[in-house]
Amino acid sequence: MRTTTAAACRAAFLAMTVAALAGAQERLAAGAGSRVLRWGGDAEGGAPFVEADPRNPGALRGFDVEIAEMIAKGLGRTPRFVQVAWPQLEASVERGDFDIGLSGVEDRPELRARHSVTIPYYEFRELLSVRTADSARFRSLRDLAGRRVGTLASTLAYRLLLAEQARTGLVPVSYDDDVHPFTDLVAGRLDAVLLDDIISARSSRRIAGFVVQPAPVAASYYVGVLARADSALRDSVDAILLAAMRDGSLEESFRRWSVWNVTQRAHIERVLAAPEMALGAAPSAGSATLGGYLPALIRAAGITLLIACLSMALAVALGVAVAAGRVYGGGVVRTGLTWYVEVMRGTPVLLQLFVIYYGFAAVIRLPAFAAAVVGLGLNYAAYEAEIYRGALQAVPRAQLEAARTLGFSELQVLRFVRGPLAFRYALAPMTNDFIALLKDSSLVSVITVVELTKQTAIYATNVGSWVVPGMLCAAAYLAMSLPLARVARGLERRWHVS
Amino acid sequence: MTATLSIRGLRVARDGHDVIRDADLDVQPGEVCALMGASGAGKTTLLRVVAALEPFDAGVVTVAGVALHPGAVPPQSHLGSLRRNVALVFQAHALFEHLSATENVALALVHVHGWPEARAAARAHELLESLGVARRANALPRALSGGEAQRVAIARALATDPAVLLMDEPTASLDTARREGLSETVRSLADARRGVLIATHDTDFARACADRVAHLADGTIRER
Repeated sequence: MRTTTAAACRAAFLAMTVAALAGAQERLAAGAGSRVLRWGGDAEGGAPFVEADPRNPGALRGFDVEIAEMIAKGLGRTPRFVQVAWPQLEASVERGDFDIGLSGVEDRPELRARHSVTIPYYEFRELLSVRTADSARFRSLRDLAGRRVGTLASTLAYRLLLAEQARTGLVPVSYDDDVHPFTDLVAGRLDAVLLDDIISARSSRRIAGFVVQPAPVAASYYVGVLARADSALRDSVDAILLAAMRDGSLEESFRRWSVWNVTQRAHIERVLAAPEMALGAAPSAGSATLGGYLPALIRAAGITLLIACLSMALAVALGVAVAAGRVYGGGVVRTGLTWYVEVMRGTPVLLQLFVIYYGFAAVIRLPAFAAAVVGLGLNYAAYEAEIYRGALQAVPRAQLEAARTLGFSELQVLRFVRGPLAFRYALAPMTNDFIALLKDSSLVSVITVVELTKQTAIYATNVGSWVVPGMLCAAAYLAMSLPLARVARGLERRWHVS
Repeated sequence: MTATLSIRGLRVARDGHDVIRDADLDVQPGEVCALMGASGAGKTTLLRVVAALEPFDAGVVTVAGVALHPGAVPPQSHLGSLRRNVALVFQAHALFEHLSATENVALALVHVHGWPEARAAARAHELLESLGVARRANALPRALSGGEAQRVAIARALATDPAVLLMDEPTASLDTARREGLSETVRSLADARRGVLIATHDTDFARACADRVAHLADGTIRER
């Protein structure tokens, strides 16, 4: 269900703005009394929720797809799928990108407070997965005090882990996809994974080396989410879902996807007996307030700054070495370093982070923070190297010859004349790069580091709005970058080189 | 008297033709020699060959007992004695842009010749004082006038007390009054040990400061 792309998450601000125009167009096209039901989901989540049909990749399949079809049929409309990153489903439905979101959307009180929410159509349980060897000692969250437990960001499971962190010192590790928590568990980077029974069962079929503990940590429901103003449509959808529960078509669909169990039978019986009781039944793992999130945001801003500073230090040191090698080195050295620069600049930093953290895990298992610093440092070193190479070559030849006539060795010329001058020339682009790095550090959330943007996304999902979290996040980035730009401008003025 | 700079049979070819050919020139200690010629005649090339910044194709250049031979410029590590004894004042000064006047003068004394910083700074101050720019000791090159930069560049060149001082178009950026002042300064630079070779196309300046004038035209040197 909830495999999301980090890029989509980070592009939320932009997407919201750009999609406003597209959304308006869509609404015009759909019109009142439209014969189309636009339903939003995240096909990256895969089976059994929503996935591209392997036999016909242009079509979708999964139980959420079938539920959407049931609803559309009941409404006399044609279903049309709208791809949305899972964390953005709620914000997206509220702004009118589609009529209903169905992609393993978890029920919770805040969701009901902000949107129109259908009756719960599936009951899921949060289960702990642990390495096979640990199955006897890690049976519940209490057994995992001080241990690293992975899950998807912005989920009930993540909020449960945060609550446990405050109680026992358990360390929540957030992921943007639901595959790597399990591979990291098997690799020893995590001690447990907390995810719902559907994802846990799916992963245990694909990945060996762990077991799913049967005792549920918590339970909740999947629901459809609609815009707050769409309560009339929601009521129609509820009627269709109740009918599907009564006539067994919902059960058939769940059976087709092997997610039917006794829990669902009991759940459906409860809902059919008292549909009104099914509303507002969601468990809460704590509501989000600004006061509650502020310490986490400040800590995340600190992590962002630390990653940016350490990565930049590595990038500068390595960049200087690469630039010196490209300017002074022999043919083989120059060719090798040129390749380094081109490969690092020519491939996405996201890919490099994945390769360093996951790809090299069999050879060297770097902690996430170290992998983030190394990944960003190695990538930015290529850009720094080009800046320094240009700056070294921009030092006037007469300055170098003057130093040589005074008897300086080539190394001394570099140390006392060429290097200091080149550094002054490079200062402005370096400042630029550091500010870019500060923002690019948000990419490291893909390897489980919760930095400022990730923490903001978690906060925004929890409060159901990007306005306050987004403004706080932007203010924090500006608070970090503006003083730096000011210091750099001051240095440029002081070091002005003719 | 043994010439402090001796050029014999010098030939410098660039892009397939001779810039300088069969050139002979001596500069004696205590002598100021002006090398005159039109722009592009090869004056700067000749100074750069003597300063071991450019290779040459034939002949021998002997500076303060060190002989340079045709072929590639020797590596810096082989040029210690020559670097100590030959200084070049560049046409556009080439002062280190990030260092003050004092630091420009003292840098090589500290890092090449191993002087303690205090001693190097004192020597720098003494040279700047003697050239009348001590009050600009802490100024960066960009804050200096053309004349001041010229004097700081001379002070830097004199720091190691070289036997040969080469000056490339020293009047290029100076007005008439400063040119006269510079000719007096240049005269004072030649002493019992040091010879001065100035490349210039400024006839008045050459007359005012030089003991001897050599002309470089069509690649050859003629003395008058």
